[in-house]
Amino acid sequence: MKLVKKILLYEIHNTIRSKWVILYTFFFFLVGYGLFTFSGDVNKAYISLMHIIIIIIPLVSIIFGSIYFYNSREFIEMMLSQPIDRKSLFLGIFLGTAIPLSTGFALGFSIPFLLFGKVIEQLTGYILLLLIGVLLTFIFIAIAFLISVKQDDKSKGLGLAILIWLILAVVYDGIVLMIIYYFQDYPLENAMIILSAMNPIDLGRILFLMKFDIAALMGYTGAIFQRFFGSSLGMIISIACLLFWILVPFFLSNRFFGRKDF
Amino acid sequence: MISFKNLVKDFGKNEVLKSINLSIDEGKVTAIVGPNGSGKTTLIKSILGLVRPTSGIIEVDGIELKDDYLYRNKIGYMSQIARYPENLTGNEIISLIKSIRESNEYNDKEILSSLKLFPEMEKPFKNLSGGTKQKISALIAFAFNPKIIILDEPTAGLDPISSSYFKDLVMRQKEKKKTIILTSHLMNEVQELSDELVFLLEGEIKFKGTIKSLLENKKESKLERAIAELMKI
Repeated sequence: MKLVKKILLYEIHNTIRSKWVILYTFFFFLVGYGLFTFSGDVNKAYISLMHIIIIIIPLVSIIFGSIYFYNSREFIEMMLSQPIDRKSLFLGIFLGTAIPLSTGFALGFSIPFLLFGKVIEQLTGYILLLLIGVLLTFIFIAIAFLISVKQDDKSKGLGLAILIWLILAVVYDGIVLMIIYYFQDYPLENAMIILSAMNPIDLGRILFLMKFDIAALMGYTGAIFQRFFGSSLGMIISIACLLFWILVPFFLSNRFFGRKDF
Repeated sequence: MISFKNLVKDFGKNEVLKSINLSIDEGKVTAIVGPNGSGKTTLIKSILGLVRPTSGIIEVDGIELKDDYLYRNKIGYMSQIARYPENLTGNEIISLIKSIRESNEYNDKEILSSLKLFPEMEKPFKNLSGGTKQKISALIAFAFNPKIIILDEPTAGLDPISSSYFKDLVMRQKEKKKTIILTSHLMNEVQELSDELVFLLEGEIKFKGTIKSLLENKKESKLERAIAELMKI
């Protein structure tokens, strides 16, 4: 763990100075400021923010993660020629990418909330959005690392990263709707729960909406989650699924990284 | 001493190293030469554990390499392409490596002054030229006083003046009886620096011996010619 800490510190030093992370922080600051200041209805502001978070964070994280990993290839090679084990290096680089990016989001989003939001009455929504944002950052960086470890060609890897984001953020909902339409005569509840758990963006959305007791208004999967698990259990299950979404790609990529030829 | 026993490496259907048996002597400069794609880089990367052999054994100082990594305390490596996290500085990278390596023997004065690196060490890598990054790689390879030094086409990105200073550094390491492994396409550089020569062709060793014996054997005065003769076999 000592080695991980050392690498992590230097990686954070590097990433935090990146102009992209600064720009990303500023973006969330502006969006948060706009919504907290100009939106009359608190719930509407939150739902708008949630939509921005579940679309933008996965996109930025998967692209940033892939580019960062591809650009670090020679550095990784140099580090692996030092007395260091592959697992420590990989964990160090992963956390060194995910922590600064989620901190950028958390800072950018928290400053306007603390300055302009109604801190006490909006606290739960704020914490939930923060949690979803951080979890999605870790998930999509883990997916980006998995792609980059397996695919040596940078342009193919980036293409695949964007394709995965497109499927999960846009196409997936269409597929779910199509299934519901074609199989409307069959009981689909269990299948829908499995389908939702297979999409971290969907899980993030359900987790947030369940808190506001409007899950049923926001789509079929949300309604099923609420009916099956109730709000609290549904939220716990969504968070567990999201954590699973970090662990699976992380462990897979760590395993492939351990065997990779440089 | 570094030895390879029946070392095979394939990337899918492409067999890059075909049953390599080789011993690299201690305290000498061994040059590994061969055309592009002959397996030079794969061979030296396998010593560092960067490439995992398909089969066969590699030993460093009589100890077989498995998943161990501490043996790399003994090795300094300079790769073909130098690229570092763009917002970090040379000094930051050096202190990261210092904290990882066990060795307290860090001596950069000679290298910093002969490669004229002093003003560059405080600048972020994104503001440094390819050649300067390559010099920082040389610093990382030499400064920790490793017993074994591996140089993969080290002068490819250096200007002629830096290249000659670099060769002086290698010569000084040679005087200290370090084991140096070098790959290069520049035959005059190989002739200038090396004691032993290994010629690789399509993943097989076609020659191993001193440069003098190769020249005598092929009745040539230039190394380039002698190597061209080897390729005809």
